[in-house]
Amino acid sequence: MKVALFVTCLVDQLCPNVGMATVDVLERAGCTVTFDERQTCCGQPAFNTGYRTEARDFAKRFIEIFETSDAEAIVIPSGSCTAMVKHFHEVFEDDHEWKERADRIAAKTHELSSFLVNILGIDDVGAISNGKATWHDACHGLRDLGVHDEPRRLLNKVGGLEFVEMENADVCCGFGGTFSVKFPEISAGILDNKIEMIEKSGADTVVACDASCLMQISGRLSRIGSKVQTKHIAEILASQE
Amino acid sequence: MSTTHATSETFDRNARAALADPVLHGALRNLADSFVVRRQNAIASAGDWEGLRDRARAIKDETLLHLDQYLERFTENAKKAGATIHWARDGKEACDIVLELVRAKNANMVVKAKSMAGEEIHLNEALEAGGIEPVETDLGEWIIQLAGETPSHIVVPAIHKTKQQIADLFVEKVGIEQTDNVDVLTQTARKILRQRFAEAQVGVSGVNFGVAETGTILILENEGNIRLTTSLTKTHIAIMGIEKVIPNFADLDVFLKLLPRSGTGQRLTAYQSLITGVKKNADDIGPDELHIVMLDNGRSRMLAHPLTRQSLACIRCGACLNACPVYQQIGGHAYGSVYPGPIGAVITPQLFGLSKSKQLPYASSLCGACREVCPVKIDIPALLLHLRSEIAEGSTAAAEATTRKPGESFAFRMYSRMWSTSGTYSLSMRAARLMQRVIARDGKIGKVGGLISRLVPPLGAWTAWRDAPVVAPKSFREMWREKKK
Repeated sequence: MKVALFVTCLVDQLCPNVGMATVDVLERAGCTVTFDERQTCCGQPAFNTGYRTEARDFAKRFIEIFETSDAEAIVIPSGSCTAMVKHFHEVFEDDHEWKERADRIAAKTHELSSFLVNILGIDDVGAISNGKATWHDACHGLRDLGVHDEPRRLLNKVGGLEFVEMENADVCCGFGGTFSVKFPEISAGILDNKIEMIEKSGADTVVACDASCLMQISGRLSRIGSKVQTKHIAEILASQE
Repeated sequence: MSTTHATSETFDRNARAALADPVLHGALRNLADSFVVRRQNAIASAGDWEGLRDRARAIKDETLLHLDQYLERFTENAKKAGATIHWARDGKEACDIVLELVRAKNANMVVKAKSMAGEEIHLNEALEAGGIEPVETDLGEWIIQLAGETPSHIVVPAIHKTKQQIADLFVEKVGIEQTDNVDVLTQTARKILRQRFAEAQVGVSGVNFGVAETGTILILENEGNIRLTTSLTKTHIAIMGIEKVIPNFADLDVFLKLLPRSGTGQRLTAYQSLITGVKKNADDIGPDELHIVMLDNGRSRMLAHPLTRQSLACIRCGACLNACPVYQQIGGHAYGSVYPGPIGAVITPQLFGLSKSKQLPYASSLCGACREVCPVKIDIPALLLHLRSEIAEGSTAAAEATTRKPGESFAFRMYSRMWSTSGTYSLSMRAARLMQRVIARDGKIGKVGGLISRLVPPLGAWTAWRDAPVVAPKSFREMWREKKK
């Protein structure tokens, strides 16, 4: 299947290895991956902070770029950015033409783990990764997209990996975009509950489908000197050792 | 009782104070643990929970779409049953109506059942100013009245208080011996409140549901104090938000399954008082006079917009508070409103003005836990986003929304312009790569203070608690280009 990758700005600039891992996993699953270098950001920071005009500009750009692709699917290694694409139609209010274009793009856009399991029908990607991992449900992936079982099925099939559920896996990590810097104390308070559950699970690695949650969680783990690592699910699924 | 309370305008300061309070933190942790689990068990006993939620929402949507007709039917039928209907455009009008009714009875005190509408219009303050003593009879409400505080939760108003704090309060205010025995505390309250019930001429309550078909009002509770408030007194005044009306008696079936389970994790509350008008015979139980004060106070404004209209579907169960990670951190008082938590962040700005509470819609990580538990499926995150856009971009609907932050709006304009082409996007990231050299150590950015945090406040805010990642030496697009060579 021909797949257009939207890598997300966070992955592009902060953790490019996650992007390369996503390409590896998709190619190993038999996909041909294309990457349009005109892409930047989905505009979610603007949308979630209330700047609809700016969000509309980002949405239009995204739609125009991906309309030129002949790929059957658009795959994003982020539940949050995928959810933003699904929200695009909201920024166009009464503009029916753009609304329809937004809906057509949204219909073929998938978060990575959901794409592998639900579209390709693969839950064993042939990955090998040693250690003990737990899963953090990123809110938008879980509640906007309904992604819950997919990453667990994928992780359970990774050779050598022990998967453990943490308590409150579905509770927010406290990131919330600009919320994390508008109310840093509240954000950190929520985060510390998450860290407590991660540590309690006994896992050496916490895995998620969003670079944003992972940035929040790893930032605190690093600050408190924890040994627990953070990994994007693409990195685990691309792992061969 | 003129303690100054936190307002919505100082939300950030209130929140920081709450976070620094270890006693509050303990209380909130108990709330999250006990209520969330109790709710889960209770909804498992309801059968088709999703179906119930859909039916409830459909009933609310239908009612709100034709609210004028349902209000007319409700008030006509209530009048036929002997109730007197009063209309109040705002809180002051409602308080004045109550005050006048109480004065007409020559009463100098009223017993009060727990009522969020009463809290919303600050009825106690109005009564006191008018020389009438309001006596809260719900245990939690009585406790916070003694303490001179406001409720911190829609359903459990004194949830922020520990047993020890309540014991100390009783020692100070009603002169009991120090104790850690909860039974002694509740018996003390019971004894004092029974006395007040016996003296009272007038009872004031809220309303959970008003049935248009029959003119009946329904009030739910667990302590029996509402039953006493509404039946021992000769005059019962019920304050009812105009959104509380539902079409048919049979609709109660749905709401009685949803509300107690969502609110307190009960299959049913201990008492359900269904009151249709006044007593017909001398031997009947019930008041001689029933006055229903229909309260608008900003509600009809919310009706106008199809998105904000759903705010009025709220049945005040408090489930979204219990599920909210932000509420769990800071409790209710930080919101500076009688309506705290996620639903409070939605209705407070709409009822009392966006400019007075412009931080509230942002006080959410948009995690959606509120929407997931809401028994009437209110899309709280969508409403928060709507309010955020009214704040950030202003709107004709909110004429008072001169709330835009110039610095932030400039930053978002720059972000949108710079990142509208991949060239300027890459340029901006190369600049960031250069600049981070000053502050990055070992591939991360630790706490930044001083000048840098003043120049880039978000970086200061982030790194106060968390290390920040650095821009990678090579971006994905560069790696991709190399791979494709």
